[in-house]
Amino acid sequence: MENKSMKGWLYLLPAILFLGLFMVYPLIDVFVYSFEEGYDFVSQTAEGVGLFNYSYVLHDPYFMQAVKNTFILVAVTVPASTVLALLISLGLSSITRLRNLFQTVYFLPYVSNTLAVGLVFMILFDKTDSAPGLINVLLSIFGVEPVDFIDGPYWAKMLVLCLYTIWVVLPFKILVLTSALASVDETYYKAARVDGTSKARIFRKVTLPMISPTMFYLIITGFIGAFKAYSDAVALFGENLNVAEMNTIVGYVYEVLYDEAGGGYPSFASAAAIILFVIVLTITCINLMVSKKHVHY
Amino acid sequence: MSKIMDFDRIEKRARQTALIRNIVVYGLLGLWALVVLFPFYWMLLTSVKSQGAYASEIVPQLYTLSPTMQNYLQVFTEADLGRYFANTLIFTVLTTALMLGVTVLAAFAFARLDFPGKNLAFVLFLALMMIPSELVVITNFVTMKNAHLDNTFLGLILPSVSSVFYIYLLKENFAQIPDELYYAAKVDATSDLKYLRKVMIPICRPTIVTVLILKVIECWNSYIWPRLITDDPKMFLVSGGIQQIRESGYGRDNIPAMMAAVVAVSVPLILLFLIFHKKIMAGVARGGTKG
Repeated sequence: MENKSMKGWLYLLPAILFLGLFMVYPLIDVFVYSFEEGYDFVSQTAEGVGLFNYSYVLHDPYFMQAVKNTFILVAVTVPASTVLALLISLGLSSITRLRNLFQTVYFLPYVSNTLAVGLVFMILFDKTDSAPGLINVLLSIFGVEPVDFIDGPYWAKMLVLCLYTIWVVLPFKILVLTSALASVDETYYKAARVDGTSKARIFRKVTLPMISPTMFYLIITGFIGAFKAYSDAVALFGENLNVAEMNTIVGYVYEVLYDEAGGGYPSFASAAAIILFVIVLTITCINLMVSKKHVHY
Repeated sequence: MSKIMDFDRIEKRARQTALIRNIVVYGLLGLWALVVLFPFYWMLLTSVKSQGAYASEIVPQLYTLSPTMQNYLQVFTEADLGRYFANTLIFTVLTTALMLGVTVLAAFAFARLDFPGKNLAFVLFLALMMIPSELVVITNFVTMKNAHLDNTFLGLILPSVSSVFYIYLLKENFAQIPDELYYAAKVDATSDLKYLRKVMIPICRPTIVTVLILKVIECWNSYIWPRLITDDPKMFLVSGGIQQIRESGYGRDNIPAMMAAVVAVSVPLILLFLIFHKKIMAGVARGGTKG
């Protein structure tokens, strides 16, 4: 018996070592850091314990800018990408020919490198001294004045960031929604059709309730993912996001943590990361409460 | 007689609406396919335009009649792209191999062995799936930096190994293997490790391959941790490297060369995807999320 129990834990040992060292310990430590005041990177000592780090972060204009950007990004991309994914999935499930081809093509952005493809979006939207860029050329056909989407006004930069984020997150949502739609029992549709139900009504009364668990799963993970946005912004606007006014909360955490000169400020970074975590947790709880009311079966 | 006419008309109208609906649906789906594919076409196109030709285009041309491979040569010789590739390859292979070893052993323990505290341990493992990486990165950064593992492969790899989700995925698959096989093997005095190697791994190969591919994609595209722990451009991975090409000013001056780098970085994963797209999509649909 002794031998047997030892054996199980022995097989688990590597996993426990890795997870303990790089997940459990850091998780506890991040809370410790966030309450330690005046932490010194080199000597690894702190002067005291308190809430100063939180107050510093909350009074940092860069952090507030990052919070504003992140909330706009979430408010735009989560509804837009979910609705768009639903429309595309409905289109996909209504056809048979070319369906697999479309599905495969739509999934391509998922495996592509965010940083690399972001550069393509950058040159498409960029307006330089010598050339207006392809998007501006297209817009001028409709009589729109050229806009610098990369170094220009705030709304233009935010628009590109939202568009690119939607482009990046859609593959996952389309994939999950098409498989949810495919798993709805044909009988329901047949029964509805026998009753002469209209297409719109079938969608509202059969399809939507049947896929509502998937929809809420996508909305919840969509919120979480959008709150953690960072790489997309780097790809479009470069690493100096504070200067570009395009920083996100996660970007702020890394900015504070990483310092060219060496150390950086893990205490401030921890406080910011925990604030983000609390925001995400709150939103997720609200989502779960709403979903309890609306998810059928 | 008029009744029959009516049926004809109704049928005709139904066919017409179906046709129009089909045209609209295919049209919109085609439009979205265009939106997805266009950036890939554009990177490919720009990467084969010569720098001079690109700079002289005020309105960008949608095709080129004189493609050149010069940019690819340049970006590998002038911009150190080869080194970024080698770094990424080493990082990906080692991380994936380590992850696989750790994952298979843990999944085997949870699926096949009995030991006290197993259920509690499994629940704790699952709870770890909910921890956002942003929270743990901070301490990991301080730990690795203080251990002087910044700018080393060890520092890059170690925090990237553990993936609770893959342990869960593989455990579920292992658990489906009938117990009788295990008892039969025990009667024949086969050791646990041999049973794992000769029976479980071959049976679950499809899942293991899926896990492997997903991890390779994750490693190849990883940016945040490598960017934090390496500040020496000699240690950059492709994501950081491509950012470096842009930030250093080289890419902004020579956009075709930058696009050649973008194509080079994208091609390996696109090839992987084209070969394994069914496996990748099935694996992701089972519960993967990006990053």
